[in-house]
Amino acid sequence: MTAVDAPPRRRRLSGLPGFYAVVMRTAVQTQFQYRTANYLYMVGMIAEPVIYLVVWSAVAQAQGGSVQGITAGEFAAYYIVWTLVRNMNIVFTPYGWEERIRQGELSGLLVRPVHPIHYDLAYFAGWKFVVILLWLPIAAVLSLVFRPTFDVRGVEVLVFVAAIWGAYLIRSMLLWALGMVTFWTTRVSALYELYFTAELLLSGRLLPLVLLPAWAATIADWTPFQYTFGYPIEVLAGDLTTGQLWTGLALQAVWIAAGALLVAVVWRFGIRRYSAVGN
Amino acid sequence: MGAASRRDAQARDLRALGLVATFLRVGVQTELQYRANVVFSALQSLVAVATSLAVLGLVFSHTDSLGGWSGNELLVVMGVYVLMGGVIRSVVQPNMQQLMADVQHGTLDFVLTKPADGQLLVSARRFQLWQAVDVVLGAVLVVVAVVRLDRPVGVGAVLGFLAALGLGAVTIYSFWLLLTIGAFWIVRVDSLVDLFDGMYQAGRWPVSVYPGWLRIGFTFLVPLAFAITVPAQALTGRASGWLLLGAAAFTAVLFTLTRALWRVGLRHYSGASA
Repeated sequence: MTAVDAPPRRRRLSGLPGFYAVVMRTAVQTQFQYRTANYLYMVGMIAEPVIYLVVWSAVAQAQGGSVQGITAGEFAAYYIVWTLVRNMNIVFTPYGWEERIRQGELSGLLVRPVHPIHYDLAYFAGWKFVVILLWLPIAAVLSLVFRPTFDVRGVEVLVFVAAIWGAYLIRSMLLWALGMVTFWTTRVSALYELYFTAELLLSGRLLPLVLLPAWAATIADWTPFQYTFGYPIEVLAGDLTTGQLWTGLALQAVWIAAGALLVAVVWRFGIRRYSAVGN
Repeated sequence: MGAASRRDAQARDLRALGLVATFLRVGVQTELQYRANVVFSALQSLVAVATSLAVLGLVFSHTDSLGGWSGNELLVVMGVYVLMGGVIRSVVQPNMQQLMADVQHGTLDFVLTKPADGQLLVSARRFQLWQAVDVVLGAVLVVVAVVRLDRPVGVGAVLGFLAALGLGAVTIYSFWLLLTIGAFWIVRVDSLVDLFDGMYQAGRWPVSVYPGWLRIGFTFLVPLAFAITVPAQALTGRASGWLLLGAAAFTAVLFTLTRALWRVGLRHYSGASA
């Protein structure tokens, strides 16, 4: 907890942008102090995509080099980009909401003059800068080991940079809305598990969406999940056309708006049910 | 540590078997106070297994075999994975996490002053009954898989499977204790739990699927091969007697090593009253 009142020489931003700047800076400083813990956590997370990658590479091999036109090198590219997108996807969890409501921690956030979602958005966004920095060596090692094939255009890099933040915002909104279910029920972990299962299968987290059976792919098209995993990954690792690149960004914007609306509505009704115990 | 002292240790453990039974009973009684949790655990386990089945289905919609294993054979692997996961979460992990906390807070004193073997006490204090739902679920999966295999599974294979399963459980326990013993030196090892959980997922698939260096890692560094793949191999008729002997030897060596390191580690423990 350093630099609470370090005198900034730059001009202070005021209002909401100022709030974001301060919280993000705090997050960077706090999380950088825990860099070893952050690193161990990130390394532990690599197991998941490596397992998927190994399995699908084995399938590709058994099928004579590729599955649905995806080669082992392309799978490697997919799951290496996956590791960054997954890290961008870490947001305030519904399990955290359970804690927040049961322990009455929400009360502290309520007395602030800004909507509590801004704090979460800013804090996790700041954390991302530490994560991205720590991710670079991991990506380098994975690339050396698994030999991905990349074919990246300049515009894809640009869209990717926007898309990972789009993914971050969509997932933040959705998990916030899901977490707020705790206003009505106290233990909803089973509901979360169901949600995460649906997300795992339909988002592109488990496998590139083209590998889904047709009916499942249709369902996936109507959910926001793929805009948090599959789409950003494929921007960089797949070969989307320029049209698909921009359509994806537009649909991300739509889902962010829908998510924000959902959060606003659930918040309005949920907060009436909130009552803190003690102090 | 010679073989003689290991026999001694085993003799002591045998005398302490009554002690373990007592701990087990207390553990079960504690958990029986929270009966509603069984529904919860069961629900969570079912979601997890359904997900795994969906994954297996997705993979096998694109291929007929994976690293020489058919879909039903991989179902055996998954059953063993779920079963062993239940053993870990109901017995191994709760005890080891308690041990980590005790070392960190210095409360291990209370265990060490008791007139029984320390390693036995720290390994049998906790028992999370409801997590054992996975043991049952895993066993059911294995049985279903064997029925679907459509080929006779001999008595020898079943015996080999059970032996390998027992050895695997001891291997996983020794490995966990080995990690936890690290707490005597570096105090905070809780992040190792996350790391292990991540690695354990790899056991869903037979280790033969993994490229060479990973396969060696999952065999000797994180002994997933002995805990999950070998029992599944025994049941699907892929394990020779030599492999089982090798697994037994590995388990014995690992267990002895853990036992020795536990003693060394204890000397580094300074306690709370210090």
